[in-house]
Amino acid sequence: MSNPRPDGITPSQTVGPYFKYGLTPNGEYEWNDAFTSNLLTPDTSGERIRVEGKVYDGDGAVIPDCMLEIWQADSQGRFSDPQDQRALPNSSFKGFGRCGTDKSGAYAFDTIKPGVVPDADGKPQAPHIVLAVFARGMLLHLYTRIYFDNEAGNANDSVLALVPADRRATLIAKKAGSGNAYTFDVHLQGDNETVFFDV
Amino acid sequence: MTLLYPLQSLAAHPARLSPDYRSTVKRSPQKPLIPMRHTLSELTGPVYGHETVRAHDNDLTIQAKGEPLGERIIVHGHVLDEDGRGVPNTLVELWQANACGRYIHVVDQHPAPLDPNFTGAGRAQTDAQGYYKFTTIKPGAYPWGNHHNAWRPAHIHFSVFGHSFISRLVTQMYFPGDPLFPFDPIFNSVTDEKARARMISSFDLDNTKPEWALCYRFDIVLRGRNATPMETK
Repeated sequence: MSNPRPDGITPSQTVGPYFKYGLTPNGEYEWNDAFTSNLLTPDTSGERIRVEGKVYDGDGAVIPDCMLEIWQADSQGRFSDPQDQRALPNSSFKGFGRCGTDKSGAYAFDTIKPGVVPDADGKPQAPHIVLAVFARGMLLHLYTRIYFDNEAGNANDSVLALVPADRRATLIAKKAGSGNAYTFDVHLQGDNETVFFDV
Repeated sequence: MTLLYPLQSLAAHPARLSPDYRSTVKRSPQKPLIPMRHTLSELTGPVYGHETVRAHDNDLTIQAKGEPLGERIIVHGHVLDEDGRGVPNTLVELWQANACGRYIHVVDQHPAPLDPNFTGAGRAQTDAQGYYKFTTIKPGAYPWGNHHNAWRPAHIHFSVFGHSFISRLVTQMYFPGDPLFPFDPIFNSVTDEKARARMISSFDLDNTKPEWALCYRFDIVLRGRNATPMETK
């Protein structure tokens, strides 16, 4: 069964201010969460980390009605998707998380440090998490990447290399203290504007 | 099957900075986005288990003890890729205002009543051919603070995944013939008339249930094109 080729994709519209009860209820509304900000299951292998931060607008004000989604490989660099056809050990790690920001604009994901995934030429990329940002006032979500400081692979990463050197720091999550937490703030605009990718 | 995601397809989307929708002014980047070649990180996406969608999650009229007030409607359609192929087993999430135009979200305090029997959230998974179906209540229009006498046309919010993390789409479904269309900066942020029309559902008399519910059809076209298209000669 074939359909006529559509004349284009369906345009994006903003997620708006009222998505919480439908997408990120988190116990505050009578609806269950399809996804949470905790990607860990008891059998997840790899280095457990927390990635946390705040989201800011162009005035430097926090955004309390933002939704963040992450997508990442497991600790072996495998995606939980049959389209990843490389011969790698199976894993129960799903790799997808969703989190709404709170009143202070803060979010946090509990996950693992992803493994190495090849780039478009088959060369290893530095460990990274893909992040999508949605909010009222955003007609189309934005994509960025979360890299990690102290990773030797960052110096040779072909995607980081596309980013002007003086803006690369916006993509690097910083180890916060001695624990397993990394800080990654998102600035939609302004002097510290986060690098977003045209994908 | 390997899918490609041409950037040209993104031209259908609104400009992120659309000043008539005031909130975009401080929430859109001012520096250029960085182009990059897609890697596996972009070309793969989440797969959900059957536990994600429960039976009856797609019927918003039976979630409470009683029936919600308003006009019962069926909303259904086909989730397609850019080649017109159905996208099977993908997650479709929906949220909306009630018949009076009021959301249960605590921030929505405009003077219209809440309906104790209506939450306004639903979820479905497309079938093996890419079809989804919801039963719900037709949402009302509601005022907002963007400009003097600003009203949103009645709409249902949709969140859809598709084949990869970059086919992800959040959009709004509108109803045909809404008199508020010319005045809504969110709807008109999509500047191409044909693209705007793809956000408007069509009245579907054939699938209207006699004595029960009107039906609207809303097809959703996601990014994704076959790398090796079939010869069609």
